[in-house]
Amino acid sequence: MSFKATAREISGITVVDVTGRITLGEGSAMLREMVRDMMTKGQLKIILNLGDVTYIDSSGIGELVSGFTTVKNHGGELKLLNLTKKVHDLLQITKLYTVFDVHNDEGSALGSFHA
Amino acid sequence: MTSQTKRMEVTLESIIDSVDLAEDITVRVAEAAGFGDEDRHRIGMSVREGVINAVTYGNRQNREKKVFLTLELDPGRLVIRILDQGDGFVLADVPDPLAEENLLKSSGRGILLMKAFMDEFDVTRGPTGGAELTLVKRMSAPG
Repeated sequence: MSFKATAREISGITVVDVTGRITLGEGSAMLREMVRDMMTKGQLKIILNLGDVTYIDSSGIGELVSGFTTVKNHGGELKLLNLTKKVHDLLQITKLYTVFDVHNDEGSALGSFHA
Repeated sequence: MTSQTKRMEVTLESIIDSVDLAEDITVRVAEAAGFGDEDRHRIGMSVREGVINAVTYGNRQNREKKVFLTLELDPGRLVIRILDQGDGFVLADVPDPLAEENLLKSSGRGILLMKAFMDEFDVTRGPTGGAELTLVKRMSAPG
């Protein structure tokens, strides 16, 4: 399944439902563009819902990190929601689980943003 | 290599599409060999990362250069070699992606993942000078 991202707005927070693969040559570049676009629009509170991500490689992990730092450098926050076991394992191996703010339900992710 | 070894060699172009192709071939071989779901995922991703390295860092996507993927199925284990035609590299010189100063870098995690997912991992200088990655996955004993 190829990469697809659909954004929705809830109380000033952008929730992006991501499906498919985030890999070199597929989702990575699209994810980068999407984050860049959100920065241009001033959308600085972002939740990436990765519940339907079927595959992610080191390039995809790198793009998540890059998105995280880009948003942070703009004064915003990027959080992760609904990690699959495979994505969770990759974040553990790469020690990034401690870097990202990870949530298992949308309510908790939405509530974690500062007003 | 024993008389029971089955061997397959694939020559890949130095293009990004080769990454998916190499992963797909390897996962099929691993499936035919009897590796389970989780191991197939780990083997496939390791080959993916190895071929990304070979295509982008080794051969720098130079269409004149090739990547040589070799799969050897011994009884009880799969040995994978990925050889590029670049300048080669020394494993000890590769920055540790888990170091505090590298944690937020956007690249450099491929070798870490190959090491984590395979039973053995090594990098040597190939016979023609490029880097040769050797990845080994042993088949788990039936439960």
